[in-house]
Amino acid sequence: MNGFGARAARHIGFQVGVVLLALFVGTALLSLVWTPYAVDALQMRSKLLPASAEHLLGTDHLGRDVLSRIMVGARTSLAVGLIAVGLGMSVGVALGAWAAARGGWVDEMLSRASDLVFAFPAVLIAILITSVLGASAGNAILAIAIFNVPVFARVTRGAALAMWSRDFVRAAVALGRAPVGITLRHVLPNIASVLIVQATIQFAVAILAEAGLSYLGLGAQPPTPSWGGMLRDAQTYIFQAPELAIWPGLAIAMAVLGLNMLGDGLRDLLDPRLRLLRVG
Amino acid sequence: MEALHRRRLLGAAGAVATVGLFGPDVWAQAKDRLVIGMSLEPPVLDPTKNAAAAIRELTCPSVYESLGRIDRTGAVGPGLAASWTVSTDGKEYTFKLRSGVKFHDGEALDASVVKFSLDRLFAPGSTVPAKSLYTDIGKVEAVDSTTVKITLKSPNSYLLYNLSLGDAGIMHPKSAATNDKHPVGTGPFVFQGRKEGDSVSFAKFSGYRDAAAIKLNSVIFKVVKDPSAQVNALLAGDVDTFPGFQAPELVARLRKDARFAVVVGTTEGEVILATNNGKKPFNDLKVRQAMAHAINRKDLIEAESGFGTPIGSHFPPHNKAYIDLTGTYPFDIAKGKALLAEAGYPNGFDASLKLPPVGYAQRAGEVLASQLGKIGIKVAITQLQWPQWLSEVFKEHNYDLTVVAHTEANDLDRYARDGYYWNYNSPAFKAKWREVVEATDFARRDELLKECQRIIARDAVNGFLYQLAKIGVWKKELVGMWENSPTPSVDLTGVHWKA
Repeated sequence: MNGFGARAARHIGFQVGVVLLALFVGTALLSLVWTPYAVDALQMRSKLLPASAEHLLGTDHLGRDVLSRIMVGARTSLAVGLIAVGLGMSVGVALGAWAAARGGWVDEMLSRASDLVFAFPAVLIAILITSVLGASAGNAILAIAIFNVPVFARVTRGAALAMWSRDFVRAAVALGRAPVGITLRHVLPNIASVLIVQATIQFAVAILAEAGLSYLGLGAQPPTPSWGGMLRDAQTYIFQAPELAIWPGLAIAMAVLGLNMLGDGLRDLLDPRLRLLRVG
Repeated sequence: MEALHRRRLLGAAGAVATVGLFGPDVWAQAKDRLVIGMSLEPPVLDPTKNAAAAIRELTCPSVYESLGRIDRTGAVGPGLAASWTVSTDGKEYTFKLRSGVKFHDGEALDASVVKFSLDRLFAPGSTVPAKSLYTDIGKVEAVDSTTVKITLKSPNSYLLYNLSLGDAGIMHPKSAATNDKHPVGTGPFVFQGRKEGDSVSFAKFSGYRDAAAIKLNSVIFKVVKDPSAQVNALLAGDVDTFPGFQAPELVARLRKDARFAVVVGTTEGEVILATNNGKKPFNDLKVRQAMAHAINRKDLIEAESGFGTPIGSHFPPHNKAYIDLTGTYPFDIAKGKALLAEAGYPNGFDASLKLPPVGYAQRAGEVLASQLGKIGIKVAITQLQWPQWLSEVFKEHNYDLTVVAHTEANDLDRYARDGYYWNYNSPAFKAKWREVVEATDFARRDELLKECQRIIARDAVNGFLYQLAKIGVWKKELVGMWENSPTPSVDLTGVHWKA
């Protein structure tokens, strides 16, 4: 990792990504201890107020403070994204590593199974799952986790397969180490950078998916604030208070942009081959 | 990416060209052509096959006419029957039909056709959604070609009204089976065609008995579901009117436009916090009273941009039998908390609130969750799609609370029904309702209706919130649209463009 810091210092995209992510996570954490107003405090007399010193981003159609709701919405997005990607990653990486280590019919079966999941658009699967199991934040997490599994399984399998043909792994096989041990000690640590990059990008996809599901009423249920839900509420007030749609839209865009730039930056910084290409 | 971009641009250019080509054409025809915007699409076009209000709005009385006719004030007048007499015991109705009435396919209307239509409603195997309105009918006889006699098993003071509903539209034996796809009736407009998901079009029926009075030659019902798209359709001139505009928050935008008249009228729609009376803890009167004290109707109506009239029972304020019962359990959080404690829930309890996908329910749901939270009831909201709502809430009664508007007229009878979704069971109300139905004197009936309102208000069966307003939007040159909505129908017989 020598020189990572120096390279990061020259990578503008990575830095912008870090700043945006820090803003996103910081807002979410801050909302745990402080918001300007209680998010569920209805004040019908002060509904649809424009931005002012009292309400920095104005109030929504039920007189709730928009800034407070954006802050708590960040927490919803962060929680759904983290848990869903965490779940999808654990299962996907395990399956992918298993497929690469075992080969044969296991590999074949898992690959076809992931093809099957890939064959359906991810958001359609999520809509299907949430409408069958009922709309809730928990089911949205499950749905997003499920379409994350094959993504991680595939990435892990591809990268791990390459590892298995490397000399140091072959040496370990020749020494009679068990496949599980080799996977944990040699394969996974060497493909970690690929997985971290993928996780960052999937995190962005998950936030977008959560917003989409909430927009359709299938994600976090009101009155829990979520950016997608806020967008949905805002759309009927588009003539009266267009800023109601702008704030959550901007929040989603910034979070997704930040994570994508971070992911791209990480890939540039962590991938030795790309680095060489750059130098060359 | 580049290719996608270019294709999108081409698409946009195509759309502009289309508007340019057909725009002036539409204007040239505008004087006898009307495009009506609707929020919901009718599943079929036959009111005897499905309960959806949209079917009645499109086809009754434009296509199907009934014996009586409900006018713009909600009063019953002659329809296909020119006159009628009622026996003194209220059990025999004799209708004299208009002569010379023809169906769109040329068939003639006579008493045997009426008998066929009415027999379908209450026959033992009938699947007509409004069947229960007609089960008091004992038999229907065709006395001669223009006289129909209906004999009741017991008097029913709502019979004339019910026979004037679209549900009792007169259909011909030849076309009744195919009316769901191709409606044929005696009304002023003939079905022309339907584009699923888009529009249903009608043309003037030249054989209508009073054809000269019908000024519109072409009527198109266009489905526009999204409220913002509805406003855009009006502003762009794609649609001439939305008789039932459902987004109160957008009215301010339309009022700014001098081309449109925005008319606020009454509907038969009571918005209620429907409560599962059959389920603990809602089976406890004290709990329901506590909830009633927690409800602040002013804020609920404010969330509807001020459209709506507070109600304290399940009865429309514009009806002359209405009494104001909003003070039965006035807004009082301390009282609500005390009642909950008395009922054995000093710390409140958890409840589910299942909401259908309509704007007023979504808004009221969030406000109610906050209001009930103040007396300690922790409400978890679940948003459902209509089919889910119909099966989970309406059919299986698997719910605690829900918000919905009951838009039928005279729908107090729901409180006397067994197995209706809110599981209210009151012998006192049932007896009182029977009296209402059998009352032959209408002044007496109004008194009984007041007592019925009081019983359900006292029992706090549901949270009674507010009466929906009818927001009608139309071009200022359009004359004759109904201001109020006494029955779900878009009656176009008196509608025309200002010359």
